[in-house]
Amino acid sequence: MAKVAILFDAFRCTGCRGCQVACKQWNDLPAEVTHNTGSYQNPPRVSADTWLVMEFREVDKGDNELAWAFGRHACMHCLHPACVSACPVGALYKTDEGPVLYHDDRCIGCRYCMLACPFEIPTFQWGAGLFEGAEIKKCTFCIDRLSDGREPACVHTCPSGALMYGERDELIAVAEGRIREHPERYLDHVYGKDEAGGTSLLYISPVAFEDLGMPELGSAPIQEDTEDIMTKATPAVLVGMLVGLGGLYWVVKRRQEMMGKNGGSGRQGDREASS
Amino acid sequence: MIGRIALRRPPISPVVVVLGGLIIFAFVVAMIRYLNGLGATTNLNDNTPWGLWINFDLLCGVALASGAFITASMVYLFGGEQYRPLLRPAILTGFLGYLMVIVALLVDLGHPERIWYLIIFWNPHSVMFEVGWCVMLYTFVLALEFSPLVFERFGMEAPRRLIHALIIPLAIAGATLSTLHQSSLGSLYVILPDQLHKVWHTPLLPLMFWLTAVAVGPAMVIVESIISSRVFRRGLELDLLGGLARVIPFVLAAYIAVKIGDLAGSGELGLLTEWGLESGLFWLEMLGFVLLPLVLFSLPAVRQSSAWLLFSALLVVSGVILSRFAVGLIALGKPEFAASYVPHPLEFAVTIGVVSAGIVAFGLVARYLPLFTEYAASPTAK
Repeated sequence: MAKVAILFDAFRCTGCRGCQVACKQWNDLPAEVTHNTGSYQNPPRVSADTWLVMEFREVDKGDNELAWAFGRHACMHCLHPACVSACPVGALYKTDEGPVLYHDDRCIGCRYCMLACPFEIPTFQWGAGLFEGAEIKKCTFCIDRLSDGREPACVHTCPSGALMYGERDELIAVAEGRIREHPERYLDHVYGKDEAGGTSLLYISPVAFEDLGMPELGSAPIQEDTEDIMTKATPAVLVGMLVGLGGLYWVVKRRQEMMGKNGGSGRQGDREASS
Repeated sequence: MIGRIALRRPPISPVVVVLGGLIIFAFVVAMIRYLNGLGATTNLNDNTPWGLWINFDLLCGVALASGAFITASMVYLFGGEQYRPLLRPAILTGFLGYLMVIVALLVDLGHPERIWYLIIFWNPHSVMFEVGWCVMLYTFVLALEFSPLVFERFGMEAPRRLIHALIIPLAIAGATLSTLHQSSLGSLYVILPDQLHKVWHTPLLPLMFWLTAVAVGPAMVIVESIISSRVFRRGLELDLLGGLARVIPFVLAAYIAVKIGDLAGSGELGLLTEWGLESGLFWLEMLGFVLLPLVLFSLPAVRQSSAWLLFSALLVVSGVILSRFAVGLIALGKPEFAASYVPHPLEFAVTIGVVSAGIVAFGLVARYLPLFTEYAASPTAK
């Protein structure tokens, strides 16, 4: 099945936040009470009520002039999602088409996904009690629109062509084509092509990806080590402990029996009281 | 045979009244949390999803409950029959420790009513899956290991004999589950190579968590024995505690070797010379809470003095608490979020209430069940 993806072109982005608003509208997300943080960026980060936040940063262009850098902060829909690997009950899952989705009726609310995500995307409904049922919230890739043959709301609303929806392989080709065509505009790197094993969101940018708020990640999936621990080390320790401790018990018992036969010298005296 | 020791205490002491008040207050806070959500009673937020409860009640609670499996292994598997007088209080401390972990978890989980979903929905790739299963199974093992006290008290011979017959498999299962569980709490943080500071992040975290749990097990038995001997005015098994303490320096030495070896292996030893919060915590733990108790426990004079034993054991306990907070809270997360979480007073209230309940439960068991067995002190003890 074709893998869907979104290409974000930070050069074309004007920071209008149409995507942020469209996301809220389509997903019926309520407004948030926020505070001025001294930036156009608002709210300060994604939350249960805001699944997409445009980050506003000013960066030095190198000639003592400041330039805006607009970063897009929302679920990257990783090809090897750490949140899915971390979820103990399989509430978060990866679809064949690409989107990372969530069974709200399975989640036990342990919030390990929030910790595991390198992009700090999953958020929690802190204000919901037992009766409302607190859930993990994050971008769904507009799966309801996708299944209806439409593109995600953020892409649909973008007026400057900074967002593009399509097949992942094709979008990588588009991104690399733009970099080749305008090397003066872009850094020679497609963020998300290999990061953390690859993501469904692909970014190209004129400024360092760090300045867009993206973490520096290797090309190995985040969960490589833990999955090794779970699938290799844990079974080995389990079997090793059972066999080793059983064997040790047998050896110790044999030795004590032998010592008992030999007249019970040494530590034997200590054992009389309780056995 | 095992006899009972009559404990002399007034029926209701002021301490119990205070503890009861703390328990009731924590209960009220938990109700508010269930009604209005975690945001109403905690300072947890999307930057810091795990706070005081996970770090203290869960990470530290599980580590400090390790005395049960260490003592049970020594008595039943390693031929340390002489340590049997320490066994029942150690099992009880572990059992109550795990029950406290579960209570705290039920307050912290977003959907506590679904905790049993771990049994029906499996994701064997998740470390949390292993953590959940180990908590469930080991609590069950501890309950069985504890049950003879109840059976004895009420003269139920048949079930007591059944547990007695199963005690070796139970001890093996307990040690295995504990090893998996203690280490898996460390594995939880292996998935955070980018968020956890390099001084503290390593794929060897599970080994480190296990080693510190093995070291703190005997230390907790020492603390629990010395304190309970004073509170309940019973004799102290000083020579046994001294024997138990001999193990600790070896484990701490292994821990130092793994810590230093790991940083050397990944070429990150230089990070320790860069002054910062994370490297400072490393040095504080290594020198004050690992090396110092290692030296102290190696001295015969320390092992023969209950005050020094208690002090050294508390150093080990503090070191484990420090290391758990370092990994789970302090060295974790983006620097710009560092100040975004300070535990809410009501979070402390729940933690204090849960610990109070554990203390009261220990007192009740000590009074009504055959917890402390008769022990003839050898001439070397005071």
